[in-house]
Amino acid sequence: MRKIYSKIESISGNVITVTATGVRYKELAVVETKYGPSLAEVIRLRHDEVALQVFNGSRGISTGDEVRFLGHPMMVSFSDNLLGRIFDGSGRPRDGGPELTDSLIEIGGPSVNPAQRIIPRRMVRTGIPMIDLFNTLVESQKLPIFSVSGEPYNELLARIALQAEVDLIILGGMGLKYDDYLFFKESLEQGGVLSRTIFFVHTASDPVVECLMVPDIALAVAEGFATRGKRVLVLLTDMTNFADAMKEIAITMEQVPSNRGYPGDLYSQLAARYEKAVDFEQAGSITILGVTTMPGDDVTHPVPDNTGYITEGQFYLRNGRIEPFGSLSRLKQLVNGKTRPDHRALMDGMIKLYASYKESLEKKAMGFKMSDWDEKLLAYGELFEREMMDLSVNIPLEAALDKGWEILAKCFEPAETGLRSDLVSQYWPTKV
Amino acid sequence: MKTINRVIGVSGNMVSVEFTGEVAMNEVCYIVTGGKKLKSEVIRVKGNVADVQVFEITKGIGVGDEVEFTGELLSVQLGPGLLGQVFDGLQNPLPQLAARCGFFLERGIYPSPLDESRQWDFTPSVNQGSKVEAGMPIGSVKEGIFNHLIMVPFYLDGTLTVKSIAGAGLYRLRDIIAEVEDEKGNLHQLTMVFSWPVKRPVKCYAERLKPSEPLITKVRIIDTFFPVAKGGTYCIPGPFGAGKTVLQQITSRNAEVDIVIVAACGERAGEVVETLKEFPELIDPKTGRSLMERTIIICNTSSMPVAAREASVYTAVTMAEYYRQMGLHVLLLADSTSRWAQAMREMSGRLEEIPGEEAFPAYLESIIAAFYERAGLVRLKNGALGSVTIGGTVSPAGGNFEEPVTQATLKVVGAFHGLSRQRSDARKYPAIHPLESWSKYPGIIDASKAEYGRSILFKGDEVDQMMKVVGEEGTSLEDYVIYLKAEFLDAVYLQQNSFDPVDSAVEPERQRYVYDFIMEVLTAELKFGSKEEARGWFNQMRQGFLDYNGKPWMSDDFKEQEQAIRRLLAEKVTASAGAGTQVSCKESAKLAENL
Repeated sequence: MRKIYSKIESISGNVITVTATGVRYKELAVVETKYGPSLAEVIRLRHDEVALQVFNGSRGISTGDEVRFLGHPMMVSFSDNLLGRIFDGSGRPRDGGPELTDSLIEIGGPSVNPAQRIIPRRMVRTGIPMIDLFNTLVESQKLPIFSVSGEPYNELLARIALQAEVDLIILGGMGLKYDDYLFFKESLEQGGVLSRTIFFVHTASDPVVECLMVPDIALAVAEGFATRGKRVLVLLTDMTNFADAMKEIAITMEQVPSNRGYPGDLYSQLAARYEKAVDFEQAGSITILGVTTMPGDDVTHPVPDNTGYITEGQFYLRNGRIEPFGSLSRLKQLVNGKTRPDHRALMDGMIKLYASYKESLEKKAMGFKMSDWDEKLLAYGELFEREMMDLSVNIPLEAALDKGWEILAKCFEPAETGLRSDLVSQYWPTKV
Repeated sequence: MKTINRVIGVSGNMVSVEFTGEVAMNEVCYIVTGGKKLKSEVIRVKGNVADVQVFEITKGIGVGDEVEFTGELLSVQLGPGLLGQVFDGLQNPLPQLAARCGFFLERGIYPSPLDESRQWDFTPSVNQGSKVEAGMPIGSVKEGIFNHLIMVPFYLDGTLTVKSIAGAGLYRLRDIIAEVEDEKGNLHQLTMVFSWPVKRPVKCYAERLKPSEPLITKVRIIDTFFPVAKGGTYCIPGPFGAGKTVLQQITSRNAEVDIVIVAACGERAGEVVETLKEFPELIDPKTGRSLMERTIIICNTSSMPVAAREASVYTAVTMAEYYRQMGLHVLLLADSTSRWAQAMREMSGRLEEIPGEEAFPAYLESIIAAFYERAGLVRLKNGALGSVTIGGTVSPAGGNFEEPVTQATLKVVGAFHGLSRQRSDARKYPAIHPLESWSKYPGIIDASKAEYGRSILFKGDEVDQMMKVVGEEGTSLEDYVIYLKAEFLDAVYLQQNSFDPVDSAVEPERQRYVYDFIMEVLTAELKFGSKEEARGWFNQMRQGFLDYNGKPWMSDDFKEQEQAIRRLLAEKVTASAGAGTQVSCKESAKLAENL
């Protein structure tokens, strides 16, 4: 029989302290308030003083409210019953369905043994040429979308979720606008993939502590499925909100801030989540696509900066397009040699020409005279942006490669492209 | 009397313990919780409370849990069998952990780092009655390609007398192979393995020497312009995506040293996996054996507990010092030291110390300095030379080198290879910035020649800056040629194609030869009618050299290509400078004959 404590010693921010014994670090408790019960997690022990962060926030908590310790850390139910369901940040149903309590697993488990990982080897097809052709997404990769708020990053995530060839999609929403949450729900429903999707959604109006739990719950479930052979895609939007929630708690706990108020362990905390991306030898995989909004479009802001050091590349979303410069998939070399012989050469060739187009564009803007070559580049750049970069383009990789040759053939002579002659003779379309 | 020590507080990975009796700073203790013993280290003592950092996840620890103190400092096991292994930051062998626990790292499990059942073929090198000192060999075993010296443990003091020594034969790690008597008459039994605290530098050598011999990395820009010396230190700071890790990986493959220790400290697990899976397949051209046989990997990736990350660089450097003691040259690559510094910052924050710049602890500089000072070229007591070279990457926040870790590191290292985002964006690899980087060590190329090359780069950069303002039209042909020369040197010498089988690793001999050839182009008085002509010619020259770089050394193709380039060069060289070219042509022909 667990004891119930009925004296809360202090309330500060979302953190309360009680005097209790026999409590363990990271144990869960229930706080019974006038406005209903809330979960809370032990975040510090000091003699018999126990600090807890309250998931629902501390608003309305009275010093006389009851705190009941549950004797176990945060857990989440893990079974096939999760599929198609929607939960909030503490694992309670959001969709009016029944609460799940069977086969509970712990969240925030240990790291994968590096010796058990394998070199990633399969590409994830998305139907987006800027990804498939130029910065191929690889199974078990962790990749954030760097973007300013206002860009259509959630639309991009939803499209990838709909088209990616994976067994399972887990969406972790942090500080999501309610509209965005509904948008995800609707588009996945219409796309007919809801039955293999699990939602863990914290919306902007929910208590901030629940935001902290979302990645851990989502990834614990993902790990469960991956070790059972499933290929899981985890979408996390937006990790900047997660970092801000962490900052809030750290400041409440009077931790020494390091950079712009963020706690000193920001890197480790983010890494602990992103590093859950993995490919197992004889089981499934976890691929993580996150969104990191850059406050003020500043990539040196601590959140995108630390993220960049952790993840395996990044997609820059700017003006509704994935920028070819700056965007990078570090793992693409592992797979793009095995798709089609012209993949790598076309990828490099088209980007080099696009870079020249940018230079010509600059020259034009400065009023320099345009040569014939400049004119060709300008025509190419426009075509490239319209037929490749536009996010509405939705074609498989092979079609994208063919389209690439078509664009080149429309604008240039073969020798001008700098592509190897054996590839040109094989793929260059005959002009109509 | 058995002392009872109990947990009285938990915050993150720091636990406060109330103890009775004596406790030493940096002593190892075990927290007993849920049937597991979690390894921890004392990092502060105040009255009868010790603050300890736990090397594991602290979830589930409660006030009142028992704590066992060991009386030992955090140590590693030193003996034959370290090479080729993959350890975590506390020297737990990861493959063995995987065999026991499966996919995930379970806490509280510490398998023996060395295979204790394996038999080693021991050959004694001392006799009964021989006088020995700590760090001196008493025999040897064959460990792969190396003669692994079995040494007197580093912790024994004074002159010792060998009382008995085992004969040649097969022994296990823990078999007693010798007995020695110290000056006070105490008898010590020796096995092939002993432990040494990781945070104490090994000093069982005769003297430390000044590093002067270049450590060949086969990366042109390093060996020629910013050399590293055996026993020296260098750092590679750079923003994310600039190629720090790739550069480290290339170095770990190609560097001309006996042993490479890779400390993957707080970085991505995926990158370690590449090394892990590829190295056993790669053949070391020098020995003809798998690269893994000369490599040790210490791997404490970013999601593994942060306290063990702090320990991992010390674990690595201690092993490096151990092999140096055998007269070997060891290269330690630490990637990344910023993550190690951040681990210190996290602990400092938990200890509620007054923070220094960017919340790093005030002692950051002295700790970084002490770590790099463990590198060095030493003369051992038997006269042999051994060295530990340390190369650390730094991941500065926002790519800004003005931050504390980069600055503290720059104060103590002998060479600085600054990576630039600009160069990596332009796909110029390795992205070491040729104007900002520096080295205090002698290289493989005559310093004045290297200096001339750099002066061209500086002048070229000036012209480039000017051209951005006045445009190409406003630049004189003379200046424009300097600019083209700088671009040429950059494209064909500073940049190197790591995917090309020939260009990826360039022997010093070839570097000297090709650099002399390039010097001919750089010093030549070239005659052009117009900028277009100059640009066109340099484009041809560049293409010629790029092809040349891909030809195997002194092959017929190589010589043919060289002649083609020489013809191209002769076209534009004015008469006076042409004579000089003739001379060096002869010289190079002579050189080719000698080979």
